[in-house]
Amino acid sequence: MTALLPLSVVLPLVGAALCLVFSRVRALQRTVTLVTLAAGVGMAAMVLARVDAEGPTAVQVGEWAAPVGITLVADLMAALFLLFAMLTILGVAVYAIGQGADGRSVFHPAYLVLAAGVAGSFLAGDLFNLFVCFEMMLIASYVLITIGATEAQVRSGMTYVVINLTASTLFVTVVAFVYAATGTLNLADLSGRFASLPQALQLAIGLSLFVMFGVKAAIFPLFGWLPDSYPNAPTAVTAVFAGLLTKVGVYAIIRTQTVLGLDELGTFILVVAGITMVVGVVGAIAQGEVKRILSFHIISQIGYMIMGLGLFTVAGVAGAIFYVIHQIPGKTVLFLAGGLVEETTGTGELHRLGGLIRSAPVIAVAFLIPALSLGGIPPLAGFVAKLSLVQAGLSAEAWVIVAVALVASILTMVSMTKIWSGVFWGDPDEAPPLPAALGATRLRPPALMTAATLATVGITLAIAVFAGPIFDMATRAAESALDNTAYVEAVMGS
Amino acid sequence: MSLALAVCAATLFGCGTYLLLQRTLTRVILGIALLGHGTVLLLQVAGGRAGAPPLMSPDTPGSAVVDPLPHALALTAIVITFGVTAFLLALAYRSWSLTQDDEVRDDLEDRLVARRIDAEIERSQAAAERERSDGRPEGDGS
Repeated sequence: MTALLPLSVVLPLVGAALCLVFSRVRALQRTVTLVTLAAGVGMAAMVLARVDAEGPTAVQVGEWAAPVGITLVADLMAALFLLFAMLTILGVAVYAIGQGADGRSVFHPAYLVLAAGVAGSFLAGDLFNLFVCFEMMLIASYVLITIGATEAQVRSGMTYVVINLTASTLFVTVVAFVYAATGTLNLADLSGRFASLPQALQLAIGLSLFVMFGVKAAIFPLFGWLPDSYPNAPTAVTAVFAGLLTKVGVYAIIRTQTVLGLDELGTFILVVAGITMVVGVVGAIAQGEVKRILSFHIISQIGYMIMGLGLFTVAGVAGAIFYVIHQIPGKTVLFLAGGLVEETTGTGELHRLGGLIRSAPVIAVAFLIPALSLGGIPPLAGFVAKLSLVQAGLSAEAWVIVAVALVASILTMVSMTKIWSGVFWGDPDEAPPLPAALGATRLRPPALMTAATLATVGITLAIAVFAGPIFDMATRAAESALDNTAYVEAVMGS
Repeated sequence: MSLALAVCAATLFGCGTYLLLQRTLTRVILGIALLGHGTVLLLQVAGGRAGAPPLMSPDTPGSAVVDPLPHALALTAIVITFGVTAFLLALAYRSWSLTQDDEVRDDLEDRLVARRIDAEIERSQAAAERERSDGRPEGDGS
């Protein structure tokens, strides 16, 4: 059973190797990708079931004892994120195959390495392996974001790569600081030794970690690379990045900050969270193209997740965990629906679109449900997530951040309405005609793309339907993250 | 902790950051490489004092040998930096063959905003100019 943890990382890597071998046979590549990812989903579900029943599980890879060897740990938070991440990755893989986005033979290998990196980041039990898995994920993302090698992709890809590399350099620097200060990198070992450091050093390490993961999670003011690079990549790639990469950053922030237990940073985190929410959503309102609006939304939503952490209460962290869970498929499906719009009409520019609710009602539904969820309309998952965060904020008496969160939520709805009225309502004849180059458009996207989008909508609806049990799990995950005795026991005791 | 290593790491970080802030892609890549070397040195510093090679027999005291863990970390970090630098060079070459230019270009939106600001500055300058030329005859006359 414990073999599941390393297998979750290794299996996608083996799949990637097979895809490289079969790089001339697209059908084989597709089969390998789908089988590997489906197995990944199955393993993630089994890990979650086991962790839910028996508490955190740790594996010492290569039988080197805990503080020195490579440790993989799954606690409830990691297992929950892993399951929803794998489901989303599988959904987007089907979508990409339907769209024919895998035209270049490097797509499937890079995609599977990305999956392995995501799984590894969730399961890593020490800082350096977290760095390695992050790099695995990011290097795959560098390939995917520049896969077409067009001028726009190369230009924005360059910014993306350089900024992420700078953050990674900072990561190694922090690793060196932590090792020099405490003599360990194992997170469980670290949580015991960290408290004995001088206060100033604790704050310095906590802040460096927050800033460094903040670049990857795109918090204010470190988000500049995101709305620049995401819209230029192919839709399937943008969708999986939107759902996963920034969330892995948020996971790393929650994991490290709860391990270090620096409540003093709470107020600072809350201020950053508030500004991130507002700046992201205001940026979204100013944009005039579907993917760009959605890209700014990613930033705004990150603010909510950080807010839950900043409260440093069980309710707050539980809210943050539930928020991440509902955002992984929720954000992805919005991009998938936006991609369907582009596939049907040839453009994502709001002023060129209109009336799609009559010509493509299925796309309209696929967009409407996650959009309402993102805006926090009951009874969808986004409502539960926002409600839990607001309640946590109220019980922690953090009035200002609650007010900011509510205002940002209304603004989110405003910008979603902008897409809705621009794309789906109105009269298509009033919109200016498309340029001749885009004239030959399909009115019906491939059925597989629509099916994948609807399946992902199904996941978001399932989160809403089973919100009770999932939130219950999130609460227990938050409890064990804040008081990490069980986590430490699982790692150090075995 | 060795002062020489610390100073070397600091110099590498300084030069790397300076190069990273340039607009020429080749310099940016050199900057990334220097930063990578800086972090590798820093990892060595983090390992503590220098000592004998960590080839121990059971009766060797632990304090006599150097801590091997940072070396393993440094090797991994070097490999990652190497791979990514190769990718960056390929990307920079692609960028050069597309645009015949080694400079990082601005985002389309950024360029539009910059153009609008330029136009506004020009307009306000022209207005100021006009005011001055309107005002001068009056001033001369009085």
